[in-house]
Amino acid sequence: MTNTSNIRFIQGNEACVEGALYAGINFFAGYPITPSTEIAEHLAGRLPEIGGKFIQMEDEIASMAAIIGASLTGNKVMTATSGPGFSLKQEALGYACMAEIPCVIANVQRGGPSTGNPTHVSQGDVNQARWGTHGDHAIIALTASNHQDVFKMTVEAFNLAETYRTPVILLLDEVIGHMREKLVIPGQGEIPVVDRLRTSVPKGVDYHPYLPREDGRLPMSDFGGEHRYNVTGLFHDMWGFPNNDPKVVSELLRHLVDKIENNWENICMYKEHWLDDADYVLVSYGSSARSAKHIARNRRKRGVKIGVLELQTIWPFPAEIVREKCANAKAVLVVEMNMGQVVTQVKNAVDHPEKVFLANRIDGQLISPSDIKTILRMIQGKGV
Amino acid sequence: MSTNKPFDFKDYVRGRYFPHMWCPGCGHGIVLGTLLRAIHEMELDKNEIVMTSGIGCSSRISGYVDFHSLHTIHGRALAFATGVKLSRPHLKAIVPMGDGDSLAIGGNHFIHAARRNIDITAIVMNNKIYGMTGGQFSPLSGPGKKATTAPYSTIDNQFDIVELAKAAGASFVARSTVFHAKEAKNILKKAIDHKGFSVVEIMSMCPTYYGRKNKEGGASQMMEGFKNFTAPIGSKKLDKEPNLIQRGIFVEDTERPEYCEAYDEIIETAMKGKA
Repeated sequence: MTNTSNIRFIQGNEACVEGALYAGINFFAGYPITPSTEIAEHLAGRLPEIGGKFIQMEDEIASMAAIIGASLTGNKVMTATSGPGFSLKQEALGYACMAEIPCVIANVQRGGPSTGNPTHVSQGDVNQARWGTHGDHAIIALTASNHQDVFKMTVEAFNLAETYRTPVILLLDEVIGHMREKLVIPGQGEIPVVDRLRTSVPKGVDYHPYLPREDGRLPMSDFGGEHRYNVTGLFHDMWGFPNNDPKVVSELLRHLVDKIENNWENICMYKEHWLDDADYVLVSYGSSARSAKHIARNRRKRGVKIGVLELQTIWPFPAEIVREKCANAKAVLVVEMNMGQVVTQVKNAVDHPEKVFLANRIDGQLISPSDIKTILRMIQGKGV
Repeated sequence: MSTNKPFDFKDYVRGRYFPHMWCPGCGHGIVLGTLLRAIHEMELDKNEIVMTSGIGCSSRISGYVDFHSLHTIHGRALAFATGVKLSRPHLKAIVPMGDGDSLAIGGNHFIHAARRNIDITAIVMNNKIYGMTGGQFSPLSGPGKKATTAPYSTIDNQFDIVELAKAAGASFVARSTVFHAKEAKNILKKAIDHKGFSVVEIMSMCPTYYGRKNKEGGASQMMEGFKNFTAPIGSKKLDKEPNLIQRGIFVEDTERPEYCEAYDEIIETAMKGKA
């Protein structure tokens, strides 16, 4: 008999929990909000089983603050939220960017602005993920279109957070979060897990928490350990001391941006389906990519040369990849559930922006294959 | 308890950070000195102290001291400290805050940290004003005061930090002033040693803004005020003048379960269920 103990039939939010546990999460702080609540609910049960800590905080801001504190003591940490909660977390998220503290923020997107459409799907937070917190900064945001990928991207989110000492946003959506499908939990070692890089500087020797190594990485020292240092949201020097010397300020800001933007090739993940000879390229992500793949498969059977570029990393935006994959396309159709947040990026990335079109839906309903087909037929000049 | 080694300020501060940024006559330096003396007398290991603060004049304390120091965002210090403490319960979490930081923008975190009874020592350095931004009234200013945002007069009522902390569930609640530095030191020792959420209000002065705007004189006159307008709980002075502000320890409850210890029991239960 085949062993099925590693097979689950679960919600996407639970797949995220499984991924987080695989990646080594041991601290979660959260606040109830639809449609992300199941992530908190499941971790409330699972974390203490492995000696980890779960805390339901008094609000979204406090949850974000608590995970930053717990990351500093040497833990892998996550919080989960949606819409309004993601707005509330932005200031502390910026603090994690500035103080370079690894953490993962899952945002299971719902309709906005404001309270919006809490129980329905949207992908309206793409730009907020990029620019939600004030000031120049770089950010990493990942997406997933199925539960196997939710699991994998959650592990990757923890890995990237540790590698680059940065907050990583897991940009899921209501359909992915609440839909049930199969997940096969990978065996230990199947997906690499990046552990916290800790300093090798011995006790009594001056440790510089913000002095990058030659490879650009900054080894950490756990709060409560042998090295006592300062962490601040102010511009700071290599000791973590506040400093507003123009040179220190500009160098730190460049470092915060460059450590992510210059490593886009290592950070940007994507999937391609039938792109080799594609006249028509559908660019999509998250639950929208499911409909994009469905219609592409369907049209292929009818002889249309069509393929899908599925973005798994949204930020930093994989402009080079998009340009390359869309180079020979007669038309590029960006499939997303917002007023056109990724399509703007795609237009900026490709050589022929006039060939880029938007197929969207903004009414809280999942964009369907026939929605995409309608737009595709119009582009093809076939009428609806 | 006192140590053999005499107290030396330099053993506990980061020289690189000095001179500090407080104005002449500010009471916050006295709080810093008092806190360090308390820690010295308790013979705490510097590696086991995490000082977490938010934003404001008082919050700069965290950077000056040679402990693990976390200078965070406005109002949220207790939430950051909750993450530190729950993840590493053996650490001593001390959170110095101003009155605006702790009770205006941070009021929600203040009452909820108290409700949880998590083992954190919250020090509210109450100078009744926003100093760093230049003298705006705070939730501790009270009605009839002058501030840059109340050029005619404040009409806002003030909180009573002690009553608020008691009502919210803090298991150690005390008040002192920068005039009563020795008393404040002894209270701080008890607060840090207390297993549970401790609130210590230390009345401090801001002669630069509050004092000047409200014609309360310079630092020495304001210090004089702390002596004259306060009295220890149960003192004869208080009997005679019951309207004086009370000083001392109002709550010291060692029976109430501490949050991190309670969570350890959850872990035990969860692990049993798993096994």
